[in-house]
Amino acid sequence: MTEQAVMADQAVRRGRSRRRPLAPPPWRRPLALAGLAVIGAWAVIAIFAPLIAPYNPLAQKFPILAAPSAAHWFGTDELGRDVFSRVLFGARITLPLAVILIVAAMGIGAIIGGVAGFFGGWVDNILMRVADLVFAFPGIILALAVAAALGPQLRNAVIAVVVVSWPSYARLVRSLVLAARSAQYVIASRLLGASGLRVLVTDIRPNAAGPVLVLAALDVGNAVLLLSGLSFLGLGAQPPTAEWGAMVAEGTQNFNDWWVGMFPGLAILTVVLAFNFIGDALRDMLDPRTARAVRGI
Amino acid sequence: MNELLRVEHLSVALPTRSGYHKAVDDLSFAVDAGEIMGIAGESGSGKTITALSLFGLLPPGARVTGSIRLDGTDLTALSPRQLRDVRGRQLAMVSQDPATALHPILPVGTQLTEHMRHHLGIDKAEARLRAAALLETVRIPDPERALRAYPGQFSGGMRQRIAIAVALAAEPRLLVADEPTTALDVTVQAGILRLLDRLCRERGMAVIVITHDLGVMSATAGRLAVMYAGRLAEAGPTSGLLTRPRHPYTRGLLDALPHPGAQGEGTAPLVAIGGSPPSLGRVPDGCPFHPRCKYAEASCAAERPEPVPVAAGHLLACPPDPLRVSVS
Amino acid sequence: MSDDTVLTLAGVAVEYGRRGQRVRAVDGVDLTVGRGEIVGLVGESGCGKSSLARAGVGLEPLAAGAVTFEGKPVTALGRRRRPEYLRGLQMVFQDPYESLNPRRKVGEIIADGVTLGGGSHADGRARAAELLDRVGLPATATDSYPHEFSGGQRQRIAIARTLAAGPSCLIADEPISALDASAQAQIANLLGELVADARLGLVLVSHDLSVVRQVAHRVAVMYLGRIVEIGDTETVWGSPQHPYTEALVAAIPQADGAGVLPADLPGDVPDPASPPSGCRFHPRCPIAEDSCRELDQQLAPVAGREIACQVRATVKASP
Repeated sequence: MTEQAVMADQAVRRGRSRRRPLAPPPWRRPLALAGLAVIGAWAVIAIFAPLIAPYNPLAQKFPILAAPSAAHWFGTDELGRDVFSRVLFGARITLPLAVILIVAAMGIGAIIGGVAGFFGGWVDNILMRVADLVFAFPGIILALAVAAALGPQLRNAVIAVVVVSWPSYARLVRSLVLAARSAQYVIASRLLGASGLRVLVTDIRPNAAGPVLVLAALDVGNAVLLLSGLSFLGLGAQPPTAEWGAMVAEGTQNFNDWWVGMFPGLAILTVVLAFNFIGDALRDMLDPRTARAVRGI
Repeated sequence: MNELLRVEHLSVALPTRSGYHKAVDDLSFAVDAGEIMGIAGESGSGKTITALSLFGLLPPGARVTGSIRLDGTDLTALSPRQLRDVRGRQLAMVSQDPATALHPILPVGTQLTEHMRHHLGIDKAEARLRAAALLETVRIPDPERALRAYPGQFSGGMRQRIAIAVALAAEPRLLVADEPTTALDVTVQAGILRLLDRLCRERGMAVIVITHDLGVMSATAGRLAVMYAGRLAEAGPTSGLLTRPRHPYTRGLLDALPHPGAQGEGTAPLVAIGGSPPSLGRVPDGCPFHPRCKYAEASCAAERPEPVPVAAGHLLACPPDPLRVSVS
Repeated sequence: MSDDTVLTLAGVAVEYGRRGQRVRAVDGVDLTVGRGEIVGLVGESGCGKSSLARAGVGLEPLAAGAVTFEGKPVTALGRRRRPEYLRGLQMVFQDPYESLNPRRKVGEIIADGVTLGGGSHADGRARAAELLDRVGLPATATDSYPHEFSGGQRQRIAIARTLAAGPSCLIADEPISALDASAQAQIANLLGELVADARLGLVLVSHDLSVVRQVAHRVAVMYLGRIVEIGDTETVWGSPQHPYTEALVAAIPQADGAGVLPADLPGDVPDPASPPSGCRFHPRCPIAEDSCRELDQQLAPVAGREIACQVRATVKASP
């Protein structure tokens, strides 16, 4: 066979299968699948809550603090509201807000980090010192302070969590941009005459998207916890809104009636765990060591 | 010469997305005490997997069949704990990248003595003495000072010498050197090759040198095994194999080398073997080399060639044997 | 200097390090490359050949001297776009796994050579298809990603990318060391063909002396930031005159089955931050004399090439 024919053959063969001998594909990762299933389920619940929930989450007409039964699967709380319905409706607050929150933090962080990494010098210095300042405080404390300053409202809690979350994205994007700037393929592009902007869009952005998404997936869980935490402390969702964190707070007032706090707590747990599993799987899949072709045995 | 290592019908299958594929396929060879044996091949030939299988350091999920006998003991039948004892004490390895072979934040002395004390059971003072002696053996200047220094303070060639010293610390009977000089400059390489040769002669230690560089093989190895796509292509005394190769792949490798006595003002092209070695799981049927072989016949695509003796100590896995030297 | 000269390095010096701790990786190098000529640049670690290559293409600022491409100065790449007149000066990098963006298709990567110079996307695509064929890859490669190819094939893609810019001079920094033996020969041949066909100038930096010997027309041997021997390949290789070149050649193991161990060169390469006084090679040189410690070495013609060794130069000069 001629060299060209052999190579054509080899190239076509390779094209048909990606050379990743040792990384398990998505459908072989049970935890990630479980995570996706859970989030999917919650999404469905969030969308269809008004149709699924047996009762109005705000209706206070049921027996107070009734234990879980056939009529009330999760029991009732101290104001006579059905806990099950409230948990279902809680998804309509927590899930969309967590996503919005992360997108906002990611967006702000990416822009700030990108600018810092790209321009370097004093711009980089100032921006990163601001990020450091935010990092210096424990997340919940700073979020508390911001939320309290802005006033106890769900919207302000969201803003508070965004303020606390953007620096991690900024740091990550900055380091990705810095690494990409000295990547050989970027240098090659610049030798061919590419401008800085062109390099940013064509070469840096596609390689930065992956790690940022992984961070986001892992961070959603965190965001949910922060948001619920703020509501738990009375700084987020205000009564009578059915928000999981606030419901857990009510549960601490009625410790003996365990169902009041337990079920919303479990809801938070499942969502956070699910996002963590997804994030872990994403990170493994995008890890350059397992994603690269095996080079020589 | 007494036989130290005998590998028989070794096959190693690795898990991939498309199932298990053999990285090493029915490999057999033997190494005598005090000799230097070379295993040559390009990437994908299975040479490194062969080395790793001697140590039981294969990737998780690897399936091994066949036997690896070190002085009679079958290494494949040992428990992980027993294998750990053999590793380092009787078998040692030096690999390509000296930067990752040595612990970056432990002093050189500690890396040597720790190894020694574990395997030889000697006390600290004795170990330190021996460590200094080892560094001297591998020609590290000022051994006392070197013991206190960190690997990062040495050049690549020096680090490789230190890595060799660490490998020798427990006085192994067999040293496996996987591309030991590939990352080094040519003059530094010369020093390391001389060192390995001297150590082998002085200590009666057997060495398996694994490399794609036939020049290195020619200089150090007494016997040579050429691997292709996990299988043995040809094996025998180095001088015979390199001057009168019988396997078309060996011939191709030699032809592809820049020729020392080349005519022409440096514009002669190199004779390359067309195509590239097959990757895991894409090994052609029959003889794995037949798609790239200019002597290939119809039978080559159908029948799998087995190594057969064609001269004293010379095995060949090529039934058509197109390169046999006719009596002139 | 003939009209054929495409790249000139004059008195080039490259420094690294912080203020107060400058290290000269390259210390005064003169080199010319003509069209259709392959100049090999060899030497071991610490000799500065990579730094010289990078300075030659405009990736490193110069501490001294000048680089000229087709008569125009080669300025180092800064924040701005590289000037248009330097498009003809391109580089082939060592690591084919790093020099191609893993997330872009091969066709786009090659087309960059055209589009980044102001060409249209259609032109880029057409040229990419042509060049894939030229470097021996199938047209289907256009829609594939780099990771689907072997090291040798990726290097061909990288070469195709540089060709798309229509270069007149290429600087290849260890283009084959990261490759398999088969691929090494193939790529070396490809570069040789391209140089002949397109009358390119090529600077081939390599630590693989044998390949350079086979493929390069002229060769320059570097040691610790200086050129110690330069001349036609066969002249230098056949009868090396500088003691370092001799040591290099003697250290190459031959695959002749003779079982001869290559000669050792004792000592280590000195720290470039504090090079030896006088001739930089004198501490390791078998023919060093007292004067070697004091006299700095200049290149002088000896036996049809130039060497920086006053001992040998004097011997040859005396009747």
